[in-house]
Amino acid sequence: MRPMAQIAMVMNLDKCIGCHTCSVTCKQAWTNRNGMEYVWFNNVETRPGQGYPRRYEDQEKWRGGWELNKRGALKLKNGGRIKSLLGIFSNPKLPEIKDYYEPWTYDYKNLTDAPLGDDYPVAEPRSLIDGKPMKVEWSSNWDDSLGGMPQHGDLDPMVTKVRQQAADKVKFAFEQTFMFYLPRICEHCLNPSCVSSCPSGAMYKRAEDGIVLVDQDGCRGWRKCVTGCPYKKVYFNHATGKAEKCTFCYPRLEVGLPTVCSETCVGRLRYLGVILYDADKVTEAASTQDEQALYEAQLGVFLDPEDAEVRQAAERAGIPYDWVEAARRSPVHTLISKYKVALPLHPEYRTMPMVWYIPPLSPVVDALTETGHDGEDADNLFGAIDTLRIPLEYLAEIFTAGDVEPVRASLNKLAAMRSHMRAVNLGERPGREIAESVGMDGPEIEEMYRLLAIAKYEDRYVIPTAAVGDARRLEESAVPDSCSLDHADGPGMGGDGPFGQDSGQKQLPLVTIENFHAARKRQTSDDEPEDVREQQ
Amino acid sequence: MKTLLWGALPYIAVVLLVAGTIWRFRYDKFGWTTRSSQVYESKLLNVASPVFHYGILFVVVGHLMGLLVPERWTDNVGLNEHTYHLLSLFGGTAAGALAVLGILLLLYRRRTNAPVFKATTANDKVMYLVLLAAIVLGMWAKLAHSSVSEGYDYRQTIAPWVRSLFTLQPDVDRMVGVPVLFQIHAVVGMLLIALVPFTRLIHMFSAPVQYLFRPYVVYRSRDESQLGARPERRGWEKSKL
Repeated sequence: MRPMAQIAMVMNLDKCIGCHTCSVTCKQAWTNRNGMEYVWFNNVETRPGQGYPRRYEDQEKWRGGWELNKRGALKLKNGGRIKSLLGIFSNPKLPEIKDYYEPWTYDYKNLTDAPLGDDYPVAEPRSLIDGKPMKVEWSSNWDDSLGGMPQHGDLDPMVTKVRQQAADKVKFAFEQTFMFYLPRICEHCLNPSCVSSCPSGAMYKRAEDGIVLVDQDGCRGWRKCVTGCPYKKVYFNHATGKAEKCTFCYPRLEVGLPTVCSETCVGRLRYLGVILYDADKVTEAASTQDEQALYEAQLGVFLDPEDAEVRQAAERAGIPYDWVEAARRSPVHTLISKYKVALPLHPEYRTMPMVWYIPPLSPVVDALTETGHDGEDADNLFGAIDTLRIPLEYLAEIFTAGDVEPVRASLNKLAAMRSHMRAVNLGERPGREIAESVGMDGPEIEEMYRLLAIAKYEDRYVIPTAAVGDARRLEESAVPDSCSLDHADGPGMGGDGPFGQDSGQKQLPLVTIENFHAARKRQTSDDEPEDVREQQ
Repeated sequence: MKTLLWGALPYIAVVLLVAGTIWRFRYDKFGWTTRSSQVYESKLLNVASPVFHYGILFVVVGHLMGLLVPERWTDNVGLNEHTYHLLSLFGGTAAGALAVLGILLLLYRRRTNAPVFKATTANDKVMYLVLLAAIVLGMWAKLAHSSVSEGYDYRQTIAPWVRSLFTLQPDVDRMVGVPVLFQIHAVVGMLLIALVPFTRLIHMFSAPVQYLFRPYVVYRSRDESQLGARPERRGWEKSKL
């Protein structure tokens, strides 16, 4: 056993309203630069839909991820090392910018500078790639909320797969259609094919927290990682000629803050926490013959932090104590391994992704109620899950390589939680059989309800800081590390304080009282802080 | 002039190449890339780029063979001048033709594809000019002085001069009778070598051979010095308010 720690994410799709706040705040934080106009480290796709870049899930075309060779060993789908080097002078499987979309701006100057004429001046779209006028025809979410679905719906590779098995399941007629939102970031995989594709060795997985990063000084712009990633979450910066990708906001995680996309999520649907896994088992699990068994195989790689043996091994492996403690309280571990309601995205790519999803259940209650049934009765709900508007088969193609059982089990648990909690809220005594029918008990369901529905800030994000020994230094402070007498300009040496010379009055340097722990406490506590109340 | 061109210029070029590469490695690792334009245009590049690169690689191998292997050695293994000439003429011309075809396609693409042209810098243009000149002059010199029966035997003149450079006693007189086209090609070639570290040509030194020998997944530890608040600035780095 070789335990390693990984910071992972779970997204509860039931709560996603497709507002794109995560995408926008991520864009503001990370990709609002030249050369990255077309890049969204975080994007929200409407499913069914083509995704971003278009049809990225069609691995026969884009050759991302891993496959098994004849001997049953893992091999990069785009070819091994020698083939990769021989073909290094170009990359035929690289998506062009138009597979994402051509970025544009508007010629606003024309609004004020246009010569006097009969027509109102307009701001024409201009391409950010060649500067010429262009016709805006696609973007990162052009088919948002099923826009243009009769035209584009059939282009979803997962729709094609589902139709091969159950032709009548996916319909795009207005009355029968369905949709849900799928926010996507880098999966920070345990077996990353982008890292494995990088000829320069510039991409790496951080040993401490499993975050996959690109060393900008080491990247030589070969573009193999873009092809290697089956989720197409490594992007080519066309201004600098280097690869860039989602960083999991590591500067924030290191000081115990959630990623920007999590922090700003309106639906509070993202969970962050530590998962301990056995690095020795990763390759074996990723080589599992049966694609549908990959989900279970990945569960087998994760370690149970409640197990004393695991904790000892983690300590021997140098994982800090507070990380192991964080793993015990990890909401991600709870949702993935304990409740088993979260599922991986496309496990069949064999990269062992670490951003998991709770499949969406929502429309079912309303649909049942409309048909005159009691929408929150457990039996009605369980029966309805197989005839959901969102077909189980479609969800299974996305989350479990086509195996409907884990999806059904997850949805059943969510349905059981609704029934159980309705009874609780109505002051009834919830029947034990509801919880037992999904292999849980009452208190456990109520715990899950607290995590999924109440979803308090400190329950959603359990993030240990990068170095507990450094924690004090990391706190925001106006007092420098060294003594202010040590350097030439310090107040003690006759220099000026933070307010300049302060009319000649020498005072002690000011210290910000509110460090980020205080800020967090203020953010997450229910009560208004007293000093605020006093001011009012 | 003779000494400048054949006695000094080669060393200047090599010094610029080595010193420039070290400088670039130390101060511009971030810029060490070709700034690929494939995301703008893929179809033509997928043909032209491999054609050019494989062509130029064979051309380089041919140059190394012709310049560094003494005629005596090939004679000893039973390869006479005429056979060698035919090998050099047909093999070299084939490789050269590939390189010329490739670079012409790449230049056509760079000029006609608007996004690619827009991403081209002045530095790139200088580099393309010198690179194209070196390749075309080389082909021209070779073909102008060759027929199937016999060709100019540079292994009596240019090759010994090149080898004499390594002993730091440049035999500049060897270059005196050499046809002008070969002389120009050699000078442009040295210019190209000097330009390598200062242009996108630098990417030739990042051929990722280590990829064949490393494990697939790379792990790195966090840089401990990057944790925590940034250290106090030194006195001279502080701005005066």
